[in-house]
Amino acid sequence: MTVIATERLSKRYPRVTALDRLDLGIKPGVTGLVGANGAGKSTLIKILLGLAPATEGNASVLGMDVRTEGPRIRERVGYMPEHDCLPPDVSATEFVVHMARMAGLPPTAARERTADTLRHVGLHEERYRPMGGYSTGMKQRVKLAQALVHDPQLVFLDEPTNGLDPVGRDDMLGLIRRVHTDFGISVLVTSHLLGELERTCDHVVIIDGGKLLRSSATADFTQATAALAVEVTDSDDHPDGTAALREALLAAGLRVESGGPGTQTLPGAGRIVLVDAADELTHDVVRDTVAELGLGLVRMEQRRHRIAEVFQTPADAPQAPKGGGTDVR
Amino acid sequence: MSAETTPTTARAAEAPAGASIHDIGYRHYDGERHGRAYVRRSLYVQSLRGAFGIGRSARSKVLPILLLTFMCVPAVIIVAIAVFTDAHSLVAKPTNLVIGAMPLIGLFVAAVAPQLVSRDLRFNTMPLYLSRPMERSDYVAAKFAAMATAVAVFTGLPLLVMFLGGLLGKLKFADQARSFAFGLVLVALFSLLHAGIGLLVASVTPRRGFGVGAIIAVLTIPYFAVNMLMGILWYNDRQGPVEWLGLLSPGTLMSGVQSKYLDGTSDFPGEIVVSDVAGAVYLLVTALLIAGSYALLNVRYRRAGL
Repeated sequence: MTVIATERLSKRYPRVTALDRLDLGIKPGVTGLVGANGAGKSTLIKILLGLAPATEGNASVLGMDVRTEGPRIRERVGYMPEHDCLPPDVSATEFVVHMARMAGLPPTAARERTADTLRHVGLHEERYRPMGGYSTGMKQRVKLAQALVHDPQLVFLDEPTNGLDPVGRDDMLGLIRRVHTDFGISVLVTSHLLGELERTCDHVVIIDGGKLLRSSATADFTQATAALAVEVTDSDDHPDGTAALREALLAAGLRVESGGPGTQTLPGAGRIVLVDAADELTHDVVRDTVAELGLGLVRMEQRRHRIAEVFQTPADAPQAPKGGGTDVR
Repeated sequence: MSAETTPTTARAAEAPAGASIHDIGYRHYDGERHGRAYVRRSLYVQSLRGAFGIGRSARSKVLPILLLTFMCVPAVIIVAIAVFTDAHSLVAKPTNLVIGAMPLIGLFVAAVAPQLVSRDLRFNTMPLYLSRPMERSDYVAAKFAAMATAVAVFTGLPLLVMFLGGLLGKLKFADQARSFAFGLVLVALFSLLHAGIGLLVASVTPRRGFGVGAIIAVLTIPYFAVNMLMGILWYNDRQGPVEWLGLLSPGTLMSGVQSKYLDGTSDFPGEIVVSDVAGAVYLLVTALLIAGSYALLNVRYRRAGL
């Protein structure tokens, strides 16, 4: 079964081409849609919701044609916009109840589903307070709740982690994962950060300039690129801590990258050792090695990929090995 | 292989909220899902309630209730006079009450129209409506109907007070019913016209304050300007153009219609009643303004949101 299918889908404005003959086949699960700002992500969502006509080509959502069955699609699909969309003077409960009714739910069901959904997204006592006083994290939860309240089969989440701090970001990504695993709702989530999607998504689609750049199961991405970025301090024994660590890690049998073209632009380039995270023990080996050298560990993090790096992968540009379904976690 | 590391990170993200969620579990909804008609009706009811501050904070109820009270006081006084003087008729006609209360109605329109449409634009809520099983035209229809109903209730209530009061005062039923019916026709025309103008102005001014100011300006400035011009022309014995000038503001338009067709007393200079030709044009312009503002609202919302 395919939840979203597009065939030579194009959208041209007088001066820009937002989508250029896009062919997609998205299966149930969590799918990440990655692209820089202006890559055509929002345009694609607009067309899939049946709100803007495509210039050319076909698209179907849940087996329904976006041209002719817009209202029926929107009955079964949820949408969380990127920007702020909450009136500050009403409470989350009132607002989500209203949005549930706008989705066609009878009053009683709207109230019950609202209570359930707000609890699932982790909004508790504060749901009775006006939303003007909410933190960004709470607002994002309400926005997610209004997209889920009518129990859709598919949700479009447009940049749901925008403006969140690292903890809030992790919470939101965990929540998105649960929308699929626990609620059984398929997810199409957009982001301009590939790194944060690879932990959440089963499948990642990368578009650029309205064209499909790459579509593959997340496992393919992570196998090819999983790396740990390690930064250490210098010490009296090791005036160049970075070099010392690199040698020690090589001696410990790990593969250390000397920094490819993409790494030079990372913050702190030159002071960072990139270690191939072949398996989960890598973390421990790095920690132990740093401790033995007596260096201070500044950071050790999963490297975040940026879209630029995908351009630099010459391997398999536009191809669609509709793998899907592999849970990376 | 390494069962320790990955699940730790996974659990860290899920643990706090996860614990309670797994106890209850997610329940799917297999109940009824209504279509566009239900959605439109729900939006209409919610907007209409919102216009009078029902289901909103106590502070937003103050203005509608205050204005509604001011609207009803003259009606109560008129009834009281009739009852205590044993008169055979009320001292004012319902239609004249509506025309006389125009400034108050203008305030009400200016307060309500931005509440109904500007907020959704200002706070970017439109995309949420559009992503639901309704069309843009449903949104416009629901808001227009809610606004027109709100103005009709606001202007119709004092007429109802007069009608019931007149019956209590044992005035002749036939007379009362007739003038009440004329009053209701005026209320209907008046509400549709002012709903269209009010919503249209509010829909291009997402900031509430601007919306209120702009509506008051659009409703009052032409009204007073036309009245002044009419007066000047009248006293200079140039009566010909007076009846045509009335077409230039919504207030004088309604005033002309009620004195011509709805048995009202004219408040034009010299109490002139417009000619048959002019009367027909008044009706035509009214209809065009209502239809035109509704069409323009639809155009406005073709571009709104997302």
